[in-house]
Amino acid sequence: MASKPDRRLGSNRIAHVVLILGSLVMMFPFLWQVKMAFSSQAEIQSIPPDLLPSKLQWSNFSEVFQRLPFLDQFWVSVAVTAGRTVGQLVLCSMAGYAFARMSFRFKGVMLALILSILMVPSQVYLIPQYQIIQQLGWLNSIQGIVAPGIFSAFGTFLMMQFFRSIPVELEEAAKLDGCNPWQAFWRVVLPVAKPGLISLAIITVLASWADLLWPLVVTSAPEEMPLAVGMATLSGYQGQISPGVMMAAALMAMAPVLILFVILQRRVVEGIAFSGLK
Amino acid sequence: MSGKSRSADGGWPWLFVLPTFLGVLVFYLWPLVKTLYDSFTETGPFGGSTWVGAANYSQLVGDTEVYRAILNTVVYTAIVLLGIPLAVLFASLLNRPNLRFAMLYRTLFFLPYVAMPTAISLVWRIIYNGDYGVLNQALGVIGIDGPSWITQEWFALVAVALLGLWLSIGFNMVVLSAGLKSIPGELYEAASLDGAGAVQQFRAITVPLLTPSIFFLSVITTIAGFQLFDQLFALLGPVNPVMPKTQSLVFLFYEAAFVSNERGYAAAVAVLILLVVGLLTLFQFRFQRRWVNYGQ
Repeated sequence: MASKPDRRLGSNRIAHVVLILGSLVMMFPFLWQVKMAFSSQAEIQSIPPDLLPSKLQWSNFSEVFQRLPFLDQFWVSVAVTAGRTVGQLVLCSMAGYAFARMSFRFKGVMLALILSILMVPSQVYLIPQYQIIQQLGWLNSIQGIVAPGIFSAFGTFLMMQFFRSIPVELEEAAKLDGCNPWQAFWRVVLPVAKPGLISLAIITVLASWADLLWPLVVTSAPEEMPLAVGMATLSGYQGQISPGVMMAAALMAMAPVLILFVILQRRVVEGIAFSGLK
Repeated sequence: MSGKSRSADGGWPWLFVLPTFLGVLVFYLWPLVKTLYDSFTETGPFGGSTWVGAANYSQLVGDTEVYRAILNTVVYTAIVLLGIPLAVLFASLLNRPNLRFAMLYRTLFFLPYVAMPTAISLVWRIIYNGDYGVLNQALGVIGIDGPSWITQEWFALVAVALLGLWLSIGFNMVVLSAGLKSIPGELYEAASLDGAGAVQQFRAITVPLLTPSIFFLSVITTIAGFQLFDQLFALLGPVNPVMPKTQSLVFLFYEAAFVSNERGYAAAVAVLILLVVGLLTLFQFRFQRRWVNYGQ
């Protein structure tokens, strides 16, 4: 053992064997999904299963657009995700900045009240939130799905912690140059806060794209639902559309976030680790 | 902060804080109070509500569906918690120094976490299919006649939990990797010089020093377990006949609130969820001192 003092759990060869087996299990549903998305119904239901489709069924993908309100739902998802993310970035960074840097009356009370909702499960708010949206006449609308989600205790906390970690000198220089706090915030502070903003954006995009319960409750018309709800209600179409079409729809629904993840993966993983929470 | 007087920033802070504070007040704090109040009322057929005292809570205590939902949640959570030891194994292998393809492995393990849960549930639904699902066909090869996972009592719950476990591994590994990076490499080197083998090092160094991360993950997993909804709804489908025997507290809440329109009862279920989650967090935090090693 003269050559290799560091032996954390087995040799690298054993590590590779275990990790390859593990990642195969993790990947299998995705690989099987792609295979099924290109298979005919008979091939999907064949016993024993065919490992590869005999001929690529591109028609599964075109059928998604013909038989399901996929495009409508896709645009709802895009609008909801964009609305929630931009809203949280603006509002949470403003509030987080004030709590980190400014002094004002009731600061402690307001911060405690905002943070108190972090520990409360979302179901506790759901019915009154629904009633508010209903009274505003926002059921089945983008703004109805977006509204509660642009206010975030978690995002405010995240940004507050981030602003506390950056040096105060920049803002003081900006103030000496005659900027008021509003100008200093937008021109000087936010550009420096980019890593924090990116973390918050990634977490919000992932959460909004996947969110089920709230949009399920405030939408009833299929073409007004985001994709996450559309997918969840797809099991009700069983018998009407072939499983290959469902797989093609599911594949296209998750593709945007998967692509985003593969491009930004280091940032995504860091963002999740930094947040420690969903 | 640093010796400034209270009004040093004038009216500016309000411009920054009020949008969020008012939003939280309207969409979170007021709903919290309203749900607490509503749990003591009953919704009439025309939408009005009347005070019924603790009637919803006595209904809750006598409701066998509630006990079943709690039992289901416990079983679900117990299975998903098994993902933590698995993730410890994978993460410690992944964080070995000089391991090639570590980045690739990390990506592959993390993919389920970023996939849309309701979409990937549809895939699992077909994998679990009792007639032609690939899981039962694989079990058939080793001589096991697989059940109809999606429609049979208990099996449906296990199916949902295995999906939950699969979804959780990537996140667990990210948290554990952060913990592993903070363990000094010299500890392993010293142990090696003392003749400790790989398994001994894993048990004597890795696991004890990871306990804060493991503890954090068990709290998060348990809390998430008691909020089970998405996978259950998407994998089994809301009108599945097995649902009454497989449902979670949140599904029970959803049905009472938005399907059968018993808003007062639903509010009481929501308060129950709040209490259970709060108690669990408290219990875990008190219990942690016994087995968590925060020292260096």
